[in-house]
Amino acid sequence: MLIIWEVRRKKSHIVFSIKIKGMLTVPIETLLLFAGILFLLGLIGLLVRRNMIFMLMSIEIMFNSAGLAFIIASTHWKQPDGQVMFIFILAVTAVEVAIGLALILQVYHHYKTLDADEVNKLKDNT
Amino acid sequence: MNVFFYIAASVAIISTIMAISGRNAIHSLLNLILSLLAISVVFYLLDAPFIAALEVIIYAGAIMVLFIFVTMMLNIGLERKTEKKWLNPSMWIIPSILAAVLLFDLILTLKNVKTTTVDQHVILPKQVGISLFSTYLLGVEIAAILLMAGVIGAYHLGSQKKKVTHRFLNKN
Amino acid sequence: MIALIPSIPFLSFLVLALFGHKLTRKEAGYIGAGSIGIVALLTFIVATGFIKTLPQVKSYSVIVWEWINAGNLKANISFSLDALSLVFCFVITFVGFLIHVYSIGFMAKDEGFSRFFAYMNLFIGAMLILVLADNILLMYLGWEGVGLCSYLLIGFWYKEPTNDYAARKAFIITRIGDTAMIIGIFILFLSFGTVNINELMQQASEKWVTGSSIAVFTAALLLVGALGKSAQLPLQTWLPDAMAGPSPVSALIHAATMVTAGVYLIARTHVLFSLAPVIQSAIAIIGALTLLIAGFSALAQHDLKRILAYSTISQIGYMFLALGVGAWSAAVFHFMIHAFFKALLFLGAGIVILVLNEEHDIFRMGGLRKKMPVVFITFLIGSASLSALPLITAGFYSKDQILWYAFSSQSGSLVLWLAGIIGALLTALYSFRMIFITFYGEAKTEPVFKPGKIMTVPLIILAVLSLVGGFVELPASIGNIHLFSNLVDNTLPVVVAKGGENQEFLFQLLSALIALTGIYFAYLIYFKKPALSEPFSHSRINKFFEKGWGFDKLYDILFVKPIVWFSVIDKNDFFDWWSIGISRLAILLNRLLSITQNGKLRWYLMSFAIGIALILTYMLSK
Repeated sequence: MLIIWEVRRKKSHIVFSIKIKGMLTVPIETLLLFAGILFLLGLIGLLVRRNMIFMLMSIEIMFNSAGLAFIIASTHWKQPDGQVMFIFILAVTAVEVAIGLALILQVYHHYKTLDADEVNKLKDNT
Repeated sequence: MNVFFYIAASVAIISTIMAISGRNAIHSLLNLILSLLAISVVFYLLDAPFIAALEVIIYAGAIMVLFIFVTMMLNIGLERKTEKKWLNPSMWIIPSILAAVLLFDLILTLKNVKTTTVDQHVILPKQVGISLFSTYLLGVEIAAILLMAGVIGAYHLGSQKKKVTHRFLNKN
Repeated sequence: MIALIPSIPFLSFLVLALFGHKLTRKEAGYIGAGSIGIVALLTFIVATGFIKTLPQVKSYSVIVWEWINAGNLKANISFSLDALSLVFCFVITFVGFLIHVYSIGFMAKDEGFSRFFAYMNLFIGAMLILVLADNILLMYLGWEGVGLCSYLLIGFWYKEPTNDYAARKAFIITRIGDTAMIIGIFILFLSFGTVNINELMQQASEKWVTGSSIAVFTAALLLVGALGKSAQLPLQTWLPDAMAGPSPVSALIHAATMVTAGVYLIARTHVLFSLAPVIQSAIAIIGALTLLIAGFSALAQHDLKRILAYSTISQIGYMFLALGVGAWSAAVFHFMIHAFFKALLFLGAGIVILVLNEEHDIFRMGGLRKKMPVVFITFLIGSASLSALPLITAGFYSKDQILWYAFSSQSGSLVLWLAGIIGALLTALYSFRMIFITFYGEAKTEPVFKPGKIMTVPLIILAVLSLVGGFVELPASIGNIHLFSNLVDNTLPVVVAKGGENQEFLFQLLSALIALTGIYFAYLIYFKKPALSEPFSHSRINKFFEKGWGFDKLYDILFVKPIVWFSVIDKNDFFDWWSIGISRLAILLNRLLSITQNGKLRWYLMSFAIGIALILTYMLSK
């Protein structure tokens, strides 16, 4: 790793810049494991929490970790395709969050609670 | 360089754990933003500076802010007691076991992956842009339509119609 | 034209059944009796045409339409007329016509008038199909048809529960016979691949060895069928109870026609029985036993119609005896004569019962000789024919022929003849007992009205026939006329007698003597000194005879009680548990599975996660 410390003088101000040059030599399994751990944390959060906002949040975590996996792949193959995929995932996530929150608002106004267990009208009543 | 990665990764993981196990909604969301920032750092280290910027701007800056606004609107922060009641430690056991099983599977899968990452090749926004608007143009268009659908849907679902009854029916 | 004979009664049945409630009594009577009259006329025309072409043409066949054509099984609605079916047709239509005319008067006050004639016509139609059928499947159709009509007609006055029981009893017992018969038909079809009777008989005589077990088995099955319909041992218990029906019904069905269907069956399939000699001897023995048992039972009855019912069983026993020793034409001859006098007796009994306001007990009748002279004389003639009064009655000639062949034919024996002769004594005894108690003595019940001509004229005609009907077949010693046997021998084999003419004359003398002796004893006991019969009529043996030798009780213990016991145990229908169990299992599984549908999102997510974990672990472990 190379740390380049630069000080440049401009007309009215001084620019400090630190550049770190080097390669990431972390083995790819570790990277993917990291993404996997984040995903699993999101899954745990989804299963454990009862509040709907938290469940939606955990879903966000899972989406994010999936995107991370794509970026890792893009780095591995040195192509921009993974990053393009991440942009798409981002768009989808945004839409999903928007609509999900709108639905949660409706549920809240109807049931007056954000408990996911209260919304069980599709229960089999035999 | 690896050190930075490990630091950022651990920050991300710890803050995610704090996010999912917090009782206060706003605190959890803020922890989540922190996690996203750490992941952005990881992105930068992975030769994807453009994506790092995008993560901060869009994910942490727009989506999470939306979350926070809605949370504030619903006033959930006041429901501390219920959250405490719902989050007893015994709830964590089974999901943890499941996650451990899946982790085990993941590790097994990853054992067969070969290690490379030798060259450094930063992928600049220009490259991403060219790829986006030439090869994946169709995907862009569809994503645009999706976003439009999301806008309309969110507006429609979010509006609360006041129940207007005819004055004849109002008579009691 | 042969095809018209069975179809006209069916047509009139349809008309009466569909429009009966709209017709007046007169119209219904005309349609009902008139159709049978037309059929009788047709039979007469066909008969004359047929007799002219004898002996070159032995039978006529006509196919009306194709009924079943399924693979190997080909059965058509086709009728064949030969000497045997001609005799039966003649009796059925002619006697049937007379009975129908009688019924117009008998049922005049009954509310089910047109229904009665509809059933009677249906019966005649079915019986004609039975005797005219070309293939055994069509004969079975007629067989079942007469069984159905018997049920309908016995239970005609259905509002009275005992009549329903009697009808059901008749149907069920004859059903046992029917089942045996259809199994016999199955075996025949499986062995020979055809249901045409002539072809069956031909192939049977070619392919089956005399005395082989399959021939014996099939013959036994058909015999059981005949036993059921003809009310012989051991299936004879339904006939006395069947007297619950109106008297014309008893006359037509249970005297002249349906109960003789068994005789027809055995005569038709005689080839089969000659292939199984052991079964044929069984027929003779059953006939002999039945006539004795029924004779003793008739002696102890006090219901007028029950005496006649047991008498019918006994006389059919004679016919079976004749069939059993191979005297085919004698059996058919006796059938014809018996139809005449038994129908006469039943019709006369009907008038007596109706006139005395439904009084059935003969000990409450009496003195009717002067009050109803016509009925008395015809009844006397009928009883005389039944007792085989020598020389002047037809019954003498027919019964005497049977007795002679019972001794002298190839498979006859002294024992069988003895049984027959004792039966003749009993017959004379009980029939004249009936006459003396019913018509002589003081009147204990007064007649309500006088019977009209429409009822008495058929009686007269039948009485005349009971006297002169025998003259078509006179034995060698008296007139040596063999018109009847010449006719029938075109279809049935001739019986070979062991003894000669002189022996025959001796036997005739004996049977004449026995008949006269019986009448004399009846005169002594029941007319002169009724007190002689007193100790006997209260004894235990009398009760035993009266109850039909305890057969009803035996069947009750053997069959009825176990079935009732079992159905009480099976009250909750444990055989149904299988099907109920399956549905209960399905409901249980539904309840179990619906627990997993509790509507909670987190529960579903948990199931997703568990599923993913399991599947991934499974796939990675490979």
